[in-house]
Amino acid sequence: MDNIAGTKSGLIWAVHITVAVLVALWLFPTVGLLVSSFRTADQISTSGWWAALFPAEINEVYRAAAPDDNRIAEGDRFVVAGNVFGQAGAKEVLVWGVSSRAIDAYRAGEVADLGDGETITLLADGTYEWRGNDDQISGRGQRMFVTAGAPPEFTTGNYSTVLFTEGSGGGMAKAFFNTLTVSIPATIIPILIASFAAYALAWMEFPGRALLIAAVVGLLVVPLQLALIPLLKLHLGIGIGKGYLGVWLAHTGFGLPLAIYLLRNYMVGLPRDIIENARVDGATDFQIFVRIILPLSFPALASFAIFQFLWTWNDLLVALVFLIDATGETTVMTKQIVELLGTRGGNWEILATAAFVSIAVPLLVFFVMQRYLVRGLLAGSVK
Amino acid sequence: MSGVTLSKAIKRFGDLQVIHGVDLEIEDGEFCVFVGPSGCGKSTLLRMIAGLEETTEGHISIGGRDVTRADPAERGVAMVFQTYALYPHMTVEENMGFGLKMTGTPKAEVKEKVTRAAEILQLQPYLKRKPKALSGGQRQRVAIGRAITRGPEVFLFDEPLSNLDAELRVEMRVEIARLHKEIGATMIYVTHDQVEAMTLADKIVVLRGGRVEQVGRPMQLYQNPDNVFVAGFIGSPGMNFLRGTVSGPGKVRVPALGDQEIKTGVPLPDMNTAVIVGLRPQDLGVHQAASPVTVELRERLGGVAYDYLNTPTGERIIVEIKGDEPIAAGAEVAVDFDRERVFFFDAENNRRLR
Repeated sequence: MDNIAGTKSGLIWAVHITVAVLVALWLFPTVGLLVSSFRTADQISTSGWWAALFPAEINEVYRAAAPDDNRIAEGDRFVVAGNVFGQAGAKEVLVWGVSSRAIDAYRAGEVADLGDGETITLLADGTYEWRGNDDQISGRGQRMFVTAGAPPEFTTGNYSTVLFTEGSGGGMAKAFFNTLTVSIPATIIPILIASFAAYALAWMEFPGRALLIAAVVGLLVVPLQLALIPLLKLHLGIGIGKGYLGVWLAHTGFGLPLAIYLLRNYMVGLPRDIIENARVDGATDFQIFVRIILPLSFPALASFAIFQFLWTWNDLLVALVFLIDATGETTVMTKQIVELLGTRGGNWEILATAAFVSIAVPLLVFFVMQRYLVRGLLAGSVK
Repeated sequence: MSGVTLSKAIKRFGDLQVIHGVDLEIEDGEFCVFVGPSGCGKSTLLRMIAGLEETTEGHISIGGRDVTRADPAERGVAMVFQTYALYPHMTVEENMGFGLKMTGTPKAEVKEKVTRAAEILQLQPYLKRKPKALSGGQRQRVAIGRAITRGPEVFLFDEPLSNLDAELRVEMRVEIARLHKEIGATMIYVTHDQVEAMTLADKIVVLRGGRVEQVGRPMQLYQNPDNVFVAGFIGSPGMNFLRGTVSGPGKVRVPALGDQEIKTGVPLPDMNTAVIVGLRPQDLGVHQAASPVTVELRERLGGVAYDYLNTPTGERIIVEIKGDEPIAAGAEVAVDFDRERVFFFDAENNRRLR
């Protein structure tokens, strides 16, 4: 459409603003969560996450080293030298002063005149030099009021706490792998089944095909909550009980209508000639499916895989009903976060870290596969 | 022996009958063209031979075997589609070898056959490319190459050239003719373009409304059409048809030509019966003379020109002129023709009178 002369819309700026707002809306909490997860509890309680990205300004009082022990004679004068921060460059001196009434009297590197030839110099990296005569360089060390900039400070401590500590506030690593154990088979199994079904519904002629398709469309609108209790009773009755097998089966069942619908609509749009030609070429239905349909349906398969994976990854309800038992060995991340909210509700750094652990994989999946997502969603609407 | 025989072939879609008992005999090695206006059932008939449409009644046999109920793969046919139907995710080589691979042919043999087919069609430089990276003509060549690779008894072409531009179409037409000479296999070719039909065919089957109107060699159909439809369909521009009445023994009066009477040796019906007079544009000439017929406009194609004439009855006549004699539009002209080359048709059932 961009190439058609004269159709550049006057609303293009509205589009741009909307995009910018959407991006900001999405980025602000996500980046905030990421930054917060690397800060300590103290930092979180004193400043917002955005402040963590810039050097913090701190006002501190330092004293020069005790002159009686540290002074060095230079002729009739004496010098005390050292670093207020202990080691050079730990922080950065922005401004400083020698009186509590004027703490910003000097910039870093300037020489402060204390009268009668007594001087003190403070460099940006915290090195000072205090000079004067025998009388002046004695007693207590000269005070320096320093406004220092501390570089941003981050810690990975939260992650080790959340991931590897057993007990309350920890155990996310185990929950992470449990969630993977749920999500991956719960994504692959429905795709396997649905792609076969979709091919049959799209390209094989058999009586009742239209009715079956209608039934699939009908199932799309049935809320899964309806089936929770009967299905759990069934699982318990036939001996599956609560466990991975049960939750895989449940996710498969709940995902199938959408999967079949999506894939069938995509496959039915593939050119008929290609399939007929393959048939004339001597391919069986199974060969057509494996060698022609599956490779050509890859965008649709990928986009459904993303949907199903995100949905099973973020699922709490189905896991609670079909998976998590009293032992807590099979807890998933969503459940773990709910527990953290209860036991460690005040520890924002823990919650932020746990939340980020749980959104990391969906983010990764989304960014790696997003072109298939868009292509798959548009599948069938644009040829 | 790989001739194709259709006997009483009937196709119904539900209650709708689209093929009405077609009987056809296609010899081994013959190039047979199905031609007809769109919707005449020519593609359906081809798909019935391919096995892509079930034959409702009647029989189809290929090379003496009855294949009426056989799977497409068992019929020994290869089909070339209008849309090429290449597998987009495979290279040219894989596309061409797909059929053989499906039948479990050893890899070395597949490779050899693909190479040979690629040689015939000069496709060697493109073997590693995907169809996306080919032009329309190359794609069509790959589609044909795919058919050759399988070495079928019968090639089926479903309007293979209609997606190509005019220049490429001529080129591919020659290529297909050359291919037929080289391979010598039976080929069935569907087209609505009568030029393709005339140039390629050993045998043309003219279809209309699911019925065979006439079968014959191209020139036979041109020179000796059975009925008004075939006469009008074969030849370009189409035959001129004028209403006439039998005005005496061996005489037909044509009002469009100023009540001119045409003498003929063909057996005519009774006096005053309506007949249709057919005149090919190629057999006509014009000269300026006082006449009710006037020149409306002239189309110049270079070598020849077409004069569109208005007649007093409102019927149009097209005349093919060699050269470019200057006759102004609107001028009165007389139409010249050889009375040996006039066709007469029964106005009732449109059959040729002969």
